[in-house]
Amino acid sequence: MDKNIVLTMRGICMTFPGVKALDNVDFTLRKGEIRALMGENGAGKSTLIKCLTGVNKFEAGEIHVDGIDGPIVNKDTLDAQKKGISTVYQEVNLCPNLSVAENLYIGREPLTKFGTVNRRKMNAMAAQLMKDLDLDIEVTQNLENYSLALQQMIAIARAVDMKSKVLILDEPTSSLDDHEVSLLFKMMRQLREQGVGIVFVTHFLEQVYEVCDGITVLRNGTLVGEYTVEELPRVKLVAAMMGKDFDDLASIKPEGDKDMSNAPLEIEAKGLSHAGKIKPFNLDIHKGEVIGLTGLLGSGRSELARVIYGADRAQTGTLKVDGKEVAIKNPIDAMNLGMGLLPDDRKAEGIIGDLSVRENIILAMQAKLGIFKRIPMAKQIEIADKYIEMLSIKTASRETLIKQLSGGNQQKVILARWLATNPDFLVLDEPTRGIDIGTKTEIQKLVIKLADEGKSIIFISSEVEEMLRTCNRLAVLRDGEKVGELEADEMSQEGVMKAIAGGGAQ
Amino acid sequence: MSKLKSITKKRLFLPIFSMILVILINVVYDIICGNPPLSFFTITIRAITGDSSVLYGRLIDVLNRGSEVAILAIGMTLVVSSSAGTDISVGSVMSLSGGLCCMLLAGYGVTNVSEYANPLWVGLLAGIAIACVCGLFNGFLVAYMNIQPMVATLILWSAGRAIGLLLCNSQIVYVRVPSFQVFGSYVGIIPTPIIIAAVCILIASLVLRFTALGTFIQSVGINKRAARISGFNSAKIILLTYVICGLCAGIAGLLATSRIYSADTNNIGLNMELDAILAVALGGNSLGGGKFNLAGSIIGAYTIQAITTTLYALGVSSAQAPVFKAIVVILIVVIQAEPVKEYFKKLSAKKVAAKGAKA
Amino acid sequence: MNKDKKVKINSNNLLLIITIALFVVMYIAGCVVYADKGFTRLQTFLNILINNAGLICIASGMTCVMLTGGIDISVGSVVAMDCMIIAVGIERWGWSSPVLMALVLIIGVVFGLVQGYCIAYLKIQPFIVTMAGMFFARGMTAVICTEQVSITSDRIFTALSSYKIEMPFGIGSYVNKKGIPQIPYVRASVIVALLVVLVIFLMLRYTRFGRSLYAVGGNQQSATLMGLDVKKVTLKAYMLSSFLASVGGICYCLNTMSGTTTQAAGLEMDAISSAVIGGTLLTGGVGNVVGSLFGVMINGTISTLVKTNGKLISSWANIVTAILLCFFIVLQAVFVKIKERKKA
Repeated sequence: MDKNIVLTMRGICMTFPGVKALDNVDFTLRKGEIRALMGENGAGKSTLIKCLTGVNKFEAGEIHVDGIDGPIVNKDTLDAQKKGISTVYQEVNLCPNLSVAENLYIGREPLTKFGTVNRRKMNAMAAQLMKDLDLDIEVTQNLENYSLALQQMIAIARAVDMKSKVLILDEPTSSLDDHEVSLLFKMMRQLREQGVGIVFVTHFLEQVYEVCDGITVLRNGTLVGEYTVEELPRVKLVAAMMGKDFDDLASIKPEGDKDMSNAPLEIEAKGLSHAGKIKPFNLDIHKGEVIGLTGLLGSGRSELARVIYGADRAQTGTLKVDGKEVAIKNPIDAMNLGMGLLPDDRKAEGIIGDLSVRENIILAMQAKLGIFKRIPMAKQIEIADKYIEMLSIKTASRETLIKQLSGGNQQKVILARWLATNPDFLVLDEPTRGIDIGTKTEIQKLVIKLADEGKSIIFISSEVEEMLRTCNRLAVLRDGEKVGELEADEMSQEGVMKAIAGGGAQ
Repeated sequence: MSKLKSITKKRLFLPIFSMILVILINVVYDIICGNPPLSFFTITIRAITGDSSVLYGRLIDVLNRGSEVAILAIGMTLVVSSSAGTDISVGSVMSLSGGLCCMLLAGYGVTNVSEYANPLWVGLLAGIAIACVCGLFNGFLVAYMNIQPMVATLILWSAGRAIGLLLCNSQIVYVRVPSFQVFGSYVGIIPTPIIIAAVCILIASLVLRFTALGTFIQSVGINKRAARISGFNSAKIILLTYVICGLCAGIAGLLATSRIYSADTNNIGLNMELDAILAVALGGNSLGGGKFNLAGSIIGAYTIQAITTTLYALGVSSAQAPVFKAIVVILIVVIQAEPVKEYFKKLSAKKVAAKGAKA
Repeated sequence: MNKDKKVKINSNNLLLIITIALFVVMYIAGCVVYADKGFTRLQTFLNILINNAGLICIASGMTCVMLTGGIDISVGSVVAMDCMIIAVGIERWGWSSPVLMALVLIIGVVFGLVQGYCIAYLKIQPFIVTMAGMFFARGMTAVICTEQVSITSDRIFTALSSYKIEMPFGIGSYVNKKGIPQIPYVRASVIVALLVVLVIFLMLRYTRFGRSLYAVGGNQQSATLMGLDVKKVTLKAYMLSSFLASVGGICYCLNTMSGTTTQAAGLEMDAISSAVIGGTLLTGGVGNVVGSLFGVMINGTISTLVKTNGKLISSWANIVTAILLCFFIVLQAVFVKIKERKKA
């Protein structure tokens, strides 16, 4: 093994029921290197890291760590830590109710000769560690008194003090502001000097080019390539992540190439924002228009739609629906204005797992009617059967529990739930994720058909092709900001990718 | 084998199984004692005071005595389903509503009356109203202040009974008026509590049948976030379940008060919350919330009463009975515990593997 | 980076400060209003300690369990069972009291072991497990004996019960109505209770186990990742709670000198409300045994005030405690909301 290499993973394979999550993936990390691990949603980034830290059990492949002979298999995160692999998550895994010093040393506190915790020594050691890392932190204060950024740095300090050779930072910057990010980067560079190998998982392209030395790109559970930063400019990175070779980008033109600008407006949003996540934006949606929200995961494409729907409450700005100004506090307000939202996190926000397919389909309709106007059973069955047939939902019966269905069919049930309410405006957030190709096309056709009926639709997808095929117009988001719109004639894969990559794209 | 499995997987398996077990114990006991084997089910008509005669028998006794727990179980089931927590104040609220009712009927500070100070309906209505207010208070803390249900209801658990005592001036208030006593005694030959419980159960099932309440509560209990996106106001629904639970506690409280035609505030509804929770668990409902089964809870409630009655018949004193209840509770929850289930799964998987290896 | 620093008073010790201030204010108010009824005497204060010695022990154990985010509602019944074992042991079986006290403590530990195992390793909700424990212990009390048993025949136990530890140098002594000088005193149980508080205080602050309790309650997942054995810590917490309930049971028995089936009913709720009033968060991770001590003292002061008044019905004490409890629970909820809002 090369002396400078601190971590190698070779031929890692892992399957979840029915899905090949990782297929023969390699990963190499050198001493004193910051390597970005990039990929779209479902590319296998987190699965790879979980294999490394022992959360997931991989089926084939080998992991080698500097200083240990032979391949290692970690039992759990703790075991990984002992072998010098530490992870700092976006959600800081420390105890907010304990002091900074305790968080640094818990489980390995210095003891007095009576076997009690030597608080004075512990505080002194912690203070020294903070000083070494150039952090101005009072170690006797409770952790919760510090900002998230500092908490993250304390978590990193803990890892460093435990002599970690590999430090994994899993989306550490997603809830930090610019100043905090620069603090974090300063610390990362300092650790690089000390020879720690850092794996940096992030969605923010800018940050990759600011701090990283190398980039590893994954897509659909396979390795696209391991690059140095110089080898891979932004647009090529985006292309690699999305699975298009930049040089021979086919120029797929949108099919639904119609001009909607004369149609009446369904939604007019002015200056809507949501604290920390979405900067104020304006967005007009015409009746019968399909507008796509594009951008990388974490760019705020889902969040923007959620603000309009009222799933996240807008802090500023005004919203007009059908020309009338409205105040949406809750999803039910939005629903009564004829809206619907198909959320991207199907399991957490979509399905009611222990209820039947029928109950899941009539759910939103029933919510609109209220408690007392129960939809008669015969009607429920009629509606359920109608949509099961229309969307060809594969289920043993309409009384099967939705959690027993496959992901794609669950998605269709939720789509049916919204179609049943006959909405004027529908947000579809990743409606085709995890669905086979045939059904995908069906759903795309359905979207176009709904638009032809005069319904307005926000369509969000990670697949550019799909967006081009279904949308009349695209709004581009980057880092929580709406940075531009692409009209039908500007819409091409190349144009979209350039817009997504932004900034230094050449 | 697979048939057996499909039976044990049915939702009503646990409560019905326990019920049958209790009845079997009774039958065995009767045989040992030389009674007719089915004397548990024997219902006779016996004369009591004067010329009136009433239904009599162990089964009737179980149905009669189990009325309060059955009524409480209705509300508790809904609370558990919507908020994944239990309302431990129901026993106290029972006592409070009984106390208020008797205080109004007898007049403040009066301990023994044979004539109403206020009309009967004022007392009954006030008793039920105060219980609903208690439910509202609990529900507000749980739904809008995000306080754990057990903790939120702890406040009324200790205050409810105390306020009841205060209203009754720390005395036992007797209301010796036949029209008040009737709720706890007999209508014709049938014990009134059985009728009241039956009416409550009927109303509850009609409401669940003809409104969307069940869907609303279960959706919120199963997946709060998804329910919100689909347009449910989960706070309002949780509040509603606590109010219903309060209402049930009020009815049960008045029933228990009428039974002894007095507001014995210290003892009415004592430890009743535990029976109600046990009924829900015994009914095959997960105390973690979500899907519920009202029929199960009600069978569970009567099973508990049957256990108690059986224990008494076996000569166990009322003070000792909790030992057996505790064992029942622990058995139920241990069987349902995740690690235990996994252990049995692994065990059966090993058996299958061993069989496969032999073959 | 100075903006990240905050003043030392955070919401957590604020709760403790409110509690102590409340106790002081309440006590001074009592002294002013009921000065003529002997409220200002040192003995009145010491009586609160004597009457609540058992509760102090129990609340200390409850605090440890609540720090992990759990709850133990079996303690009241455990106290009843202990009292009954001691009473019946002395009066019916003729055992000597030291043996019985040791037996009771062992039973407490085993009881906690079983409950803790169900909670930590079988992952059953603490409330349900300890509810069953509560049923069981209460029922066992009646299984041992259904009548009230008074303790009269054990010399050691009666001596221990009536032993007075007078205040040194006659601090706070006064002359009673008959003209006999009285020196204020405490009972042995008070010494035990205060020792328990001291030991638990030191344990929570200076031992690995003590700090682990906070870590488990603060964030279970983090605690696991930091290498703590969360299950073992949880198990130990419940063992400690039941053990201290037994210690409390002995103190309680020294006060009542009898065993009955209905003894100490509702004591678990007094312990929980004391801990909550003392600033222990029900969600775990925050709390202090000193706070719980003051919580008990507030409860004790309220009932003493009600008793001293003489005209008020005793249930007023429960009502006032419940109002306080409500106030503190809502306050905690508000603090949690503020914290969440800050994070967002």
